[in-house]
Amino acid sequence: MMHMSNTKRTKVMGMLFIAIPTLLILLFYFYPMLRSFLLSLQSGMGVNLSWVGFANYRRLLADPVFKQAFSNTLIFLIFQVPIMVVLAMFFAVLLNQKTLKLRGLFRTIVYLPSVTSLVAYSLVFKYLFSNSGIINQFLMSLSIIDSPILWLSDPVLSKIVIIIAITWRWTGYNMIFFLSALQNVDPGIYEAADIDGANSVQQFFKITAPLLKPVILFTSVTSTIGTLQLFDETMNITQGGPGNATLTVSQYIYDLSFKYTPDFGYASAVSFVIAVVIIVLSALQMKVGNRND
Amino acid sequence: MTKNSNKILTYIFLVFMTIVFAFPFYFLIVSATNTSVDVTSGRMLPGAAILDNWKALAERTDLLRAFKNSSIVAVGQTTLALLVGSMAGYGFEIYRTKTTDFIFNFLLSSMMIPFAAIIIPLFQLFGLISNVAPGIGINSYASAFLPYISTAFLIFFFRQNTKMFSRELLEAGRIDGLSEFGLFIRIYLPTMKNTFAAAAIITFMNSWNNYLWPLITLLTPDKQTVPLLLSNLGSSYAPDYGMMMLAILISMVPTLIIFFVLQKYFVAGMLGSVK
Repeated sequence: MMHMSNTKRTKVMGMLFIAIPTLLILLFYFYPMLRSFLLSLQSGMGVNLSWVGFANYRRLLADPVFKQAFSNTLIFLIFQVPIMVVLAMFFAVLLNQKTLKLRGLFRTIVYLPSVTSLVAYSLVFKYLFSNSGIINQFLMSLSIIDSPILWLSDPVLSKIVIIIAITWRWTGYNMIFFLSALQNVDPGIYEAADIDGANSVQQFFKITAPLLKPVILFTSVTSTIGTLQLFDETMNITQGGPGNATLTVSQYIYDLSFKYTPDFGYASAVSFVIAVVIIVLSALQMKVGNRND
Repeated sequence: MTKNSNKILTYIFLVFMTIVFAFPFYFLIVSATNTSVDVTSGRMLPGAAILDNWKALAERTDLLRAFKNSSIVAVGQTTLALLVGSMAGYGFEIYRTKTTDFIFNFLLSSMMIPFAAIIIPLFQLFGLISNVAPGIGINSYASAFLPYISTAFLIFFFRQNTKMFSRELLEAGRIDGLSEFGLFIRIYLPTMKNTFAAAAIITFMNSWNNYLWPLITLLTPDKQTVPLLLSNLGSSYAPDYGMMMLAILISMVPTLIIFFVLQKYFVAGMLGSVK
């Protein structure tokens, strides 16, 4: 299918069509990435910067706030990504059954959260879990608790709220990838398994799960990358608090650059570390993805 | 018998989960019609305060201006991103050479760059742009969308879809005497309507919901977009909950309408990223 006509027209026209898009990506992505690395080798406040070698990276290794932000981010992803991917797969398998009534309605409701803006849904969750919020009111009216749980002022509970919120927002989004993969599965396989006497649990583990492996990988890696960049939710639900219990790496970069006295050099070192982690993960994903093609 | 009880369990689980997933929406809609006091005392039935909430919103915030700002940014971003993305996707596929393939793969790698890692240099870059062209520098509408008008994602999306575009149409157009740009505009654009629709939806939604970059570049209240206004309202010390919930609800209306009206393109656009 390759049309490799090496006529002059092809070459010139090709360059004309791709020149502007290419220049824009160089300007807005590659140049800033390079510049971010150079900045990470400099230190100083505001515009008075001087070269300091890898001092920012040494500072980073000893910075308790960075360590906390990094471990918070890891905690979010270790708990949230598996819960969400399993839930998304589970929904997809259930909602793929053709005989299920109200299938469309169930799908729409599970998917609907992913249409909402991150700021808007974050604020809704902030109020759901506030001290006088509806979750506390509900638990108290059922006499499960006597006094309100301070969800957002407890270091562990606030993390749980963030995890619940992200799971609500992104499960339906990930479900779509599973659903579309399931639609390509030949129903004959299941009929044959029925005849062989395999029950639905066996069918799931022996047939469905292996077939969905590429999707599990895709959704896990993209969700991991997304969670590593978590910003909008923690910024709007907890502002990173209480203490720094929900501070994420992205919010720390933002705080270092725009909230405190700007320390672009150090903030860039933090940026660069997270960029390297994400680039390694993405490269891994592309490699595994290519093998499956 | 087990088949039937399986079915019943499935329904019980689905109904329970649906209630859990729908609950935040229900809470949002009901609270938008209640007074702040009712919201904090746990009222879960619709109230009659929606007009008062609207009045408070109109008096105390500039939601209308935020809607205007968000619309300008989203429409600007969508228009330019579709133009740039489709040109690139078309160019990379139709005028394919070894060199363009190499450039394409290189551009694709920009997808790996996390946005948080480049906000500082981008901020500085727009600071420099402000010196020569304030109209597209810091605190301009353009600054909120310029970094997103050429994205590896859209280029990839358009290229994938261009693979299915029939080249015979181009040959026919050439015989009719159309120029190479004429082919793109007169033949390619109309044929690829569905691809453009899907790309437009994804881009518009991303723009409408974008928070981090506008937070950095749009500094003055008169340029505030909807997410910035909501975030400000949400961080106030004594919020009027009814008013707040109404504001959130209104902010969701455009994306919800797009979702329900254009559901078909929506899913196609989403899956375009994994083809």
